[in-house]
Amino acid sequence: MRKSSPGSVRRAFQPWNDPAAKPLVEFRGVTRRFGAVTAVGDLSLSLYPREFFALLGPSGCGKTTLMRMLAGFERPDAGEILLDGVDITAVPPHLRPVNMMFQSYALFPHLNVADNVAYGLKREGLPRVEIARRVEEMLALVKLEGLGRRRPDQLSGGQRQRVALARALAKKPKLLLLDEPMAALDRKLREATQFELMDLQSELGMTFMVVTHDQDEAMTMADRMAVMDHGKLVQIGPPDVIYEAPANRHVAEFVGDINLFEGRVAAIEGDLVKVETSFAGTIELDEEAPALGVGEPVLVGLRPEKIDLGHDEPIGVANKVAGEIWDIGYLGDFTMIQVMIGGEDGQLLKVALANRTRRIARPFAWEDKVWLSWDIEAGLVLRP
Amino acid sequence: MAVSVATSARRLVVAVPYLWLLLFFLAPFVIVLRMALSDAATALPPYAPHFEGLSTIGSFLSQLDLENFSLITDDPLYWQSYLYSLRIAALTTLIALGIGYPLAYAMAAASRRWQGLLLVLVILPFWTSFLIRVYAWIGILRPEGLLDMVLGGLGLAGEPLRLLNTETAVLIGMVYSYLPFMVLPLFTTLEKLDRSLLEAAADLGSTPLTAFLTVTLPLSLPGILAGCALVFIPAVGEFVIPDLLGGPDTVMIGKVLWNEFFSNRDWPLASAVAIVLLIVLVLPLVLLQRARLARGGAA
Repeated sequence: MRKSSPGSVRRAFQPWNDPAAKPLVEFRGVTRRFGAVTAVGDLSLSLYPREFFALLGPSGCGKTTLMRMLAGFERPDAGEILLDGVDITAVPPHLRPVNMMFQSYALFPHLNVADNVAYGLKREGLPRVEIARRVEEMLALVKLEGLGRRRPDQLSGGQRQRVALARALAKKPKLLLLDEPMAALDRKLREATQFELMDLQSELGMTFMVVTHDQDEAMTMADRMAVMDHGKLVQIGPPDVIYEAPANRHVAEFVGDINLFEGRVAAIEGDLVKVETSFAGTIELDEEAPALGVGEPVLVGLRPEKIDLGHDEPIGVANKVAGEIWDIGYLGDFTMIQVMIGGEDGQLLKVALANRTRRIARPFAWEDKVWLSWDIEAGLVLRP
Repeated sequence: MAVSVATSARRLVVAVPYLWLLLFFLAPFVIVLRMALSDAATALPPYAPHFEGLSTIGSFLSQLDLENFSLITDDPLYWQSYLYSLRIAALTTLIALGIGYPLAYAMAAASRRWQGLLLVLVILPFWTSFLIRVYAWIGILRPEGLLDMVLGGLGLAGEPLRLLNTETAVLIGMVYSYLPFMVLPLFTTLEKLDRSLLEAAADLGSTPLTAFLTVTLPLSLPGILAGCALVFIPAVGEFVIPDLLGGPDTVMIGKVLWNEFFSNRDWPLASAVAIVLLIVLVLPLVLLQRARLARGGAA
């Protein structure tokens, strides 16, 4: 576990907002095409030392290609990649001070655990004693002491993942790339490993870049994450910004659940925006310095956990709409309720209710007539 | 009742391959061994003694002896041809490995579409009779043959190479004929090789050569062993190729066996030659298997 009060340390760590900070990695207008398909298109991105960066996107969005270009397995068709200010675009993988943990782990099946971890160190030509010491150190770091003589096929999935991690960390790279590091682990192990990985990263002071399609993983671990789609970076920012202020509909829908209302801007009064929607009436929301025009078509996004649900019509709230419960999904920690507003052919909304007390008899049932309400800070405006 | 039916059915299924081995491997072996222990005779079949029922089994067994085996060990002709056969087979295996490994490697690295075509090209020679293909080599290698004509035409060789009926010709024929048996198992292991292992090796600082030596080569060892066994074993006993392409110096054990059997009509001696050949071939395989099991047990 992280030592001193980590939250404050993490919050203060924002090198991307510091113009004087020198990036560790820079992509400058990088393009990579496969035949007619542009996997990565004219992409620029900076990573900073000690940053835990997550690249999130659906499969085929180009995130793996981006990572493989950093490792040296793919050459960009255009643009350049800098590491510590040095152009590494044409440097072959074995000469880059970057190591990667492969999704398949890619452990050498003919070598035992210790030899797998030692593989990179042997290539550096380190003395035997030094290698043995470093291997021990790495195995202790990933809590695999005493398993050095096992072969990869004699290990569990979780242990194999640790060997892959130890092998990639052994050379103390400036930058560690992790390709879907948790994909093969079960949920409990995945959660535990996520926190261990974060501890490791802050302990070693390395820069980590993780590629994942799992948003929970990205949001848990990353200082900053980038959402990628069709070879472009759609949005880069800390997880809370990505979630609460998504740049567009794609990000809003990809990260977390969201209800979207189509509508038109009816009025702008300072920071208060009123949007006329077809099923939820006029939605009022607080938008700092809205760059919107009256009459402009927009989308209002509303996260399921920001909606209140009740049987009685609420009084004195900014936004409310009546509906009928269509579906109830009990998930233990919270309940996801689907509410139809605007009659049979209306719109289905998701409402998340935290189950804060133990209650076997649920307050809501199928076909209940209910009221939904939310305040002006809950909604966000997106351009369609 | 049902259980016993199932059990006997299972026994029957297991029995079939054993029966096959008994009938087509063990029985001929016993017959050949019995012949090897007999003496040559001008009779039909040309050996003695003959087995004439259980009543005279005592005198039958007493007439069997190891005379033929001692002849094989005494006469240098035999052990020299054994050694020569092993030498030619070893050379064939080495050359086939040298040509076959890069070939299989290139095939495994090729795209899926090309792989199918290349595989067909490797197997294609099998669609023509083996004998015809070896005869074709006579046409290529003989003086004033195709090779001489091409080299002469290009101005590379003034006089005929005189390759036919030499050891080189035998090696060319052997390598040509056995190459597919080397390429196919190598291709199968190399094709299965996980590409990400090579990327991992490169990522950890290996040059392409080091990655090959530390990852590809050790992981393709089973393919190398299988290919070498598939080439070496039939190559030792090869008869047709040295007979057609070789000369008086290239006396391989298969040729000796053929001569003893058909020219000298000494069936017992020919059988003894065959038995020794079997031991020469099987013994290293058994030892190899032992070593592999021992290594597997230790790991």
